[in-house]
Order: sequence, then C-alpha cells, then structure tokens
Amino acid sequence: MEEEKKQISESLPETPVSQEELHGENLTDRAKVLSPGMMVMKRFFRSKLSMIGLITLIALFLFAFIGPFFSVWSGADFDGMVIDYENAKNLVVSQKLEYVVNGETFYAFSITETPMTKNVKGDITWSHWLGTDEHGWDIFTRLMLGGRISLTIGFVVVILETVLGVVLGGLAGYFGGWVDQLVMRIVDILSCIPTLPIMLILSATLTSLEILDIRRLYYLMVVLTLFGWAGTARLVRGQILSLREQEFMLAAKCSGLSTYRKIFKHLIPNVMPQLIVSMTLGLGGIILTEATLGYLGLGAPLGTATWGAMINYATQEEYLSMYWNFWVPPGICITLAILAFNFVGDGLRDAFDPKMKR
Amino acid sequence: MVKYIIKRILLSLLILFGVSVLLYVLVRMMPVDFVTQKLVAGLGSQGNDELIAERKAALYAYYGLEEHPTLLGVWNGYWKWLFQFLSGDFGTSFKTGRPVEKIIFDNMGVSFVISFISLILQLLIAIPLGIKCACNQYGKLDYTATVLSMIGISFPTFFFGSLAIKIFAMELGWFPVSGLDSGLFGVSGWTKFWDMAWHLVLPMFVLVVLNIGSMMRYTRTNTLEVLNADYIRTARAKGLSENTVVYKHVFRNTMIPLVTTLAGILPGLFGGSMITETVFGIPGIGKTAYDLLNAGDIPFIMAYNMFIAVLTVIGILLTDIMYAVVDPRVKLGK
Repeated sequence: MEEEKKQISESLPETPVSQEELHGENLTDRAKVLSPGMMVMKRFFRSKLSMIGLITLIALFLFAFIGPFFSVWSGADFDGMVIDYENAKNLVVSQKLEYVVNGETFYAFSITETPMTKNVKGDITWSHWLGTDEHGWDIFTRLMLGGRISLTIGFVVVILETVLGVVLGGLAGYFGGWVDQLVMRIVDILSCIPTLPIMLILSATLTSLEILDIRRLYYLMVVLTLFGWAGTARLVRGQILSLREQEFMLAAKCSGLSTYRKIFKHLIPNVMPQLIVSMTLGLGGIILTEATLGYLGLGAPLGTATWGAMINYATQEEYLSMYWNFWVPPGICITLAILAFNFVGDGLRDAFDPKMKR
Repeated sequence: MVKYIIKRILLSLLILFGVSVLLYVLVRMMPVDFVTQKLVAGLGSQGNDELIAERKAALYAYYGLEEHPTLLGVWNGYWKWLFQFLSGDFGTSFKTGRPVEKIIFDNMGVSFVISFISLILQLLIAIPLGIKCACNQYGKLDYTATVLSMIGISFPTFFFGSLAIKIFAMELGWFPVSGLDSGLFGVSGWTKFWDMAWHLVLPMFVLVVLNIGSMMRYTRTNTLEVLNADYIRTARAKGLSENTVVYKHVFRNTMIPLVTTLAGILPGLFGGSMITETVFGIPGIGKTAYDLLNAGDIPFIMAYNMFIAVLTVIGILLTDIMYAVVDPRVKLGK
C-alpha cells in the first residue's frame, strides 16, 4: 500500500517549472515529492473557512484550559470557585413588569432587599466581566471552567465511539456472513431508537439512584458511546466492503499476511480519511447533545459548570428576560464550538477528497 | 422488486422487534417509575412500612407491572406488552388515564402543522437558493449562503429559540412568549385562528432558519454534480438559453436525490420536535412526550418510541424505494 500511495503522489502534477528556469539543474532537483498527508495539509490550510474554524477551536481551548489561571475568581485547585464577598449588594431587581394605564406606560420593578454578604446576580463590572450568578460565582470564570468539561466530553465520546465502531464495522465488513448480519442488524436497531428519549430515561434513572456528582457525566459518556457507534460502524463497513475487492488486498492475501495485519494495517488506514472527517463532525454533535441535556436540566451534576448546565438558565423566565448575561455567553460558546468543528470537518473532507475540482 | 420489498419489510419487523426489546428493558430498568412517584405523592414519607408495601403491591398489580423488575418479571412483562401491542391495545397512560393512541393523535395535529408549513417554506427557500449558489460557484452569494447555512446548522435549537423569544417577544413585543393561544374566551372562527397562527410564527421561524442550511447545501452539491454532466454540455451545445438549461435540465435532475431524502423526514414530520415545542411551550406531541417521559409513564414511553421507530423504519424503506422509482437505472435487489 505504501507503494501505491507513493505512486499516486508522483503521478500528480508538480509545480510547473518553465524551461528558462531549468538551466544548469536537473528537473528532479527542483521537483519535490509531496506525501499524500502533506497534500491534504496543503489543501486544508489553503481553505479560509477551515482556518477560521481551526483558530476558533484553538482560541476556545486556550480560553477553557489556560484562561482560569489568569482569573482571580477561580479556586486554588480550579475545582471550586471563589465567591465574591466584597462587592455584595443588597438589592436585587428580579422582575420588570409593564403596565399601560390610559395610554401611558409604567414600569414596575419587584425589588428584593436581603441582607446578603455575597455578590449575588451582580452586574457587569471591571472585576466581573459577565457579572456573577445566583451563588456569587463569577460567570466569566465559570464559562472558562465549563468549557473544560464540555470540550473534553466531546473528545472522550468520539474516541470511544470510533474505537467501537471501527472494530465492529471492520469485523462486519471483513468477514461478512453471519458476523456482518449480526453487527448490521444491531446497527439498524440502534439507529431506529430516538436518542433524546433514551437520554431522558437515563437521566431520570441517575437522579433516582441519587447519583448527583461528577459520575453522572461518566455514565452520560458511556451511554452516548453505546448509542453512537452505529454510524461509524456503518461507514467503516461500507468502505471496507469496497476496499476488500481491490488489488492491494489481493496482494496482501498473496503475501500471506495475518488477518489482524490485513485489517488493521491495510484496510483501516485507508478508511482513516472518512473516519477523521466523521469524527470532527461528530465532536460538534456530542457538544450539542451535552448542551441539549443541560438545557433540559438533565446533564451535568448540580453545581458543576458546563456550558450545557449554564444555558439551563434560559428555561427560567426570570433569567431569560432579566439576566441575559447568564445564558447568552454559554450559548455563544456552544455555537462557536459546533461551528468551528463543522468548518474544520468540512475543510478536511474537501482536503481529503482527491476528486475535488478547484 | 416486489420480492425485495417483502424482504425489506420482514427485515424491518425484525428491527422493530429488537427496538421494542431494548426499549422495554431500558424503561423497566428505571428505578423511579410512575407507581413509586404516585405513592410518594399520595402518602408522603410517613405511614408505616407495611401499609406502604401493601399499597405498592396493589398499585403495581393495578397497572399490570411486576413489583420488582426482576429478569423474569421483565421477561413476562415484555411478552404481555408485545401481545397487547400487536392486538392493537397500546395501553392506557398512567398519568392522564387516557388511551395512549388518543394522546398521540390528539397532540400530533399541532406538531404536524408546524413541521409541515416550515418544511414547505424550507423547500421554497432552500432549493432555488442552492441552485443559484451552484450556478455561481465561489461567487459572493455562494460564499455568504454557505457560511450562513453553516451557522444555521451549528446553532442549537434551544439557544436560537431562547434568543428569538428574548428579542422578538420580550424586547420588541411583536410575538407572544409561549403557548398556543392567548386563552381567549367566547371567540370563534377567524379570531381564534389568527391568534393561534400568531403564536406559531416564532417556532416556525426558528425551525425554518435552523433547517434551511442542510437542505441548501444538499441542493448545492447535487446541482454542482449535475452541472458537470454530459447532457448539460449537450444542452448548451444545442444553443439553449442559460435559463432553459438551468430551470429545465438542471432543476429536474437536481430534484432526483432531493425527492429521495424527503421520505426520510417522516419521523420529524409526525413525531414532533421535542426541543422546539418545549422552548416555546407548545402542547404538541414533542412536549407531551417530554412531560410524560419525565413522569415515567411506561405505556406512553413505549408507544411513543415505537411510533417514532416505525416512522423511521418506514422512512428508510421509502427512501430506498424512491431511489428506484425516481431513477430507473437503480435496480433494487439482493
């Protein structure tokens, strides 16, 4: 297969060199042989949208993983958070009501006065860039810490999903027969089950088992993986079915390679391009699922910051109408992350596709 | 062809059987089921243990469930459920006490209307836009539309919905915040109709904006493929005007893959959209399902999920058949 790859790259047109430039040197000195991987990289970096996606992703990761180090409000071990006791305010405007009397509009504010020592639901100030939430935590710092979990979940689930999908899809595609039948019927069944109701059932189960800490997220990841590998398996199987008939596989068979080597050294690497694309697009999907569950109040444990859990404020009318700073920033982060993964995935797909016309 | 379809239908039945087994086991594994919730709501935490156990057993017997979801209990319960389901008795919802199929059909109307109208709007906007973009590939319009459609695809429904409510309903006050009607009494006919339509504008807007992107991209890719085909070159060589080429030759051939994907929208069309309906508080099938799922209403959960699964299976089957119907080169078989 290595041979084949080299051949392809050599037969592709190199940079055109005019005759005058060639005086005194050989053509072979000038021409560089690009490996397929290099060509993909070149095409990928040429596309503007995928670059925007990549930069956004890097920015989001720096924001989530490096950002908390620079915040005074993140706790010492970055586990808990520092509550702002200094800038406490006692008046909380919680509701804005509008009356129209004789054509004149009056506004009424319901103001709660409580002797508080914490800065609760604080306004946007220089020390709190996005204000504070109802526990006195700094929303901007929480946003950074939440990004850690939200972004990590995506990677964990997608990697697990891919491993499971590649192994089962590979077996089904390579062996055919009853293995194929069995695996593909399971794939069919899984793709007919609506995911959201299943996740709702799971969440209810976890709540009633009183699993309210971080373990909730682990279970969530396991279940997302168990219901999510079907798509990858289908993709891998389809690819392997067509690759199996090609000549390099016949060559592999003739040289007496073991089944393991044939599958994992010769077939799987050829499926990698499609796999990488589907993994990148899948990352956005997992972040969306986590956020959706968070919005429905079912995802992350209480008190743990994730973008999904933070956008849950939008379900309460008080926050929806009065405190945009609670739910708009996490929403923007989620959208940006999904958008960036989609841009990168799209760019990769175009870069991998050799038939693409430019 | 007929043989193929029969084979596929048999296979679909097998898949549905697998789905039902998996769902039933999952649903019965829920430790907090409706009975426990009801018991706690009725008795509180006081009362002596014997009484509670007795009531619990009675309630379980009343709803036709085994008390402890042991393996054998689930096994027996499954066959009982399957037998009833096949004989057309979908069960009675624990929470509302009404037959499940009645709940589904009563709430499906609103969901269907919303999905159907927004689907039509999507088609009307996405297809011409996709063709236009493909005809001017890498043009300004193409770039803008591609980026915007990507943004549309990436926006989570609940976030866009919340933003729409905040901006158009709360700040500008153009549309109602949530619900299906303003609860007007004694009005009839058109007033009621317009009131409802007014409430449905925002949800439909959200659905259209978010779903238009994928359809537009699909149309665009297909059109690009068609534009490179030989018969388009022939049409141009014949000296046909660009309009005739695009609107007659390209358009018709672009429709082929689109028609086949339409069959796959079936579950979305009848099954409702859980998130959109929950965000906007519309009492459609999606919101009902969400509420009853949280209540642990076993007959409803089973029936609703099976309903969606049946729709999905039919959708996949229709897609495959449509391929053969629309494109005579495709031969179904094996």
